[in-house]
Amino acid sequence: MTKFNDEQLKEFNRLVARYPEGKQKSALLPVLHLAQDSFGGWLSAETMDYVAGLLNITPIEVYEVATFYSMYNLKPVGKYMFEVCQTGPCMVNGCDDIIEYIGTKLGIKPGETTADGMFTLKTVECLGACGYAPMMQMGKHYKEHLTKEKVDAIIDECRKNAAANN
Amino acid sequence: MGVKLLLEKAHVPGIRYFETYRKEGGYRAVEKALKQMDPASIVEEVKKSGLRGRGGAGFPAGMKWSFIAKPEGVPRHLVCNADESEPGTFKDRYLMEFIPHLLIEGLIVSSFALGSNDTYIYIRGEYAWIVDILEQAIEEAKANGFLGKNILGSGFDCNIYVQRGAGAYICGEETALIESLEGKRGNPRIKPPFPAIEGLWRRPTVVNNVETLAAVVPIINMGGDEYAKIGVGRSTGTKLISACGNINKPGVYEIDMTISVEEFIYSDEYCGGIANGKRLKACIPGGSSVPILPANLLLKTAKGETRYMNYESLSDGGFATGSMMGSGGFIVLDEDQCIVKNTYTLARFYRHESCGQCSPCREGTGWMEKILKNIDTGKGKMSDIDLLWDIQRKIEGNTICPLGDAAAWPVAAAIRHFRDEFEWHVNHPEEAQKRNYGLAHYADPIHVPA
Repeated sequence: MTKFNDEQLKEFNRLVARYPEGKQKSALLPVLHLAQDSFGGWLSAETMDYVAGLLNITPIEVYEVATFYSMYNLKPVGKYMFEVCQTGPCMVNGCDDIIEYIGTKLGIKPGETTADGMFTLKTVECLGACGYAPMMQMGKHYKEHLTKEKVDAIIDECRKNAAANN
Repeated sequence: MGVKLLLEKAHVPGIRYFETYRKEGGYRAVEKALKQMDPASIVEEVKKSGLRGRGGAGFPAGMKWSFIAKPEGVPRHLVCNADESEPGTFKDRYLMEFIPHLLIEGLIVSSFALGSNDTYIYIRGEYAWIVDILEQAIEEAKANGFLGKNILGSGFDCNIYVQRGAGAYICGEETALIESLEGKRGNPRIKPPFPAIEGLWRRPTVVNNVETLAAVVPIINMGGDEYAKIGVGRSTGTKLISACGNINKPGVYEIDMTISVEEFIYSDEYCGGIANGKRLKACIPGGSSVPILPANLLLKTAKGETRYMNYESLSDGGFATGSMMGSGGFIVLDEDQCIVKNTYTLARFYRHESCGQCSPCREGTGWMEKILKNIDTGKGKMSDIDLLWDIQRKIEGNTICPLGDAAAWPVAAAIRHFRDEFEWHVNHPEEAQKRNYGLAHYADPIHVPA
């Protein structure tokens, strides 16, 4: 059953309170981020319908927003998502090699998730880290100045953390 | 060492926190504005300063402010555009990350000037950790009486909220940003009405870039006339440049717009020269949308004069032989870089980011991406080059918002200045695939300093 817990509801109320009376739809983007973080890293139809109910808007208003913005995942993703930038400035600093290296190491292509559900590899467009290229986003943070060694260390760290949490 | 107005204190330890920022002279502009000035005189100082919008368009900020409608009983809003997404641009991120109170201070003064009691920062969704930094700065300002009700006893109430976007370059366009802030898809609106008349929730709204709003702090502290003395001509004050690509020292630099492009690239104070001892081939000086220039036209104008890092000089020669200051995203390419491949990645970016509202942009960006990919991978035809030229011309000026122009200009400039490289790709499909290019195949070699 898709439902925010008390802490998530508190955050939901904080977000909605920023807008004037009757303009609660304005909270949709931040609330979708909250929902995605709360319900397994992606937005199912059930989740989107739940958000529509909370904001008192129609489900289609949520779907059209969720499908427009690239940060919302409309299908399940791995526990760790590597979003590697591939735009110009990262390209001239070797992002193609990094994307290929991660793909080969994990045995997946961009857009795919490893069979164990641990990693998703995704290529993305400019994330505003051009001076620190090549780079990728992982969850809330950026991993910059990527090298193959750094990628190895990040993957090891993820595996270690996942094992510790199990 | 040039004048620094924004980043001078950015590296003071602890400057991210209120206490240190205040100790270093922070929030004096709020005190001065709220205690000694009225909204009209603040707008006047910003007008006198000559400050131009730092997001890319370069429109005079004070004039933009003066357009805001003031209908009786209708709230007005200031919205800070922190949706920094133009490839090559990462200056606002730097400012918000290292000296967030400078933005908050600028927002309070500007909100007072415009009569905004509820001010929003719309930040790109990927800058998630910066949201925490800004929210903490807002809490600190509030706890110290600089935000909230009756600030410094002036009777002015102001709250600032941070809203995250969710990955859409188009939301940097001010009307798309407003749509997104209202919880909708980021489809730009048809103008008029302009946001100053009907913006957020159809209320009068001003949308300004992060750097523009931060610059209001030194303008109030020193006065508009003093600010206008820095720089040259209509390029007043300082500008943040985010430098990247094949240079020794990528990063964010504050310049006073009197230095030459050559000094900016080769001086150790700034980019520190081209990385790995290579030579300069080309540069996109103001974010990915502005025309790329070959080295010879970058360092000197077509008339042979020194080119400077300011609005007028960078655009000298128009699009035929010049470029633009844009957002200050300075992308340097060395002699080994392929213009076709670089243009292809940018075309892919614009196709990905087109909102799909206007057919010239929606269809045209897809066509350009496909054709450029073909040429890049050795599958192009000679006629493709003219086709590309034709498509970009049909996009430019034919869309609701400037994303169409932004997608067209890089392709046009790449063909204009590097047509021989496109032809070389068509004539040498196998070598093109091996990425074997450089300066060697130029009929007219680019002259670059050794």
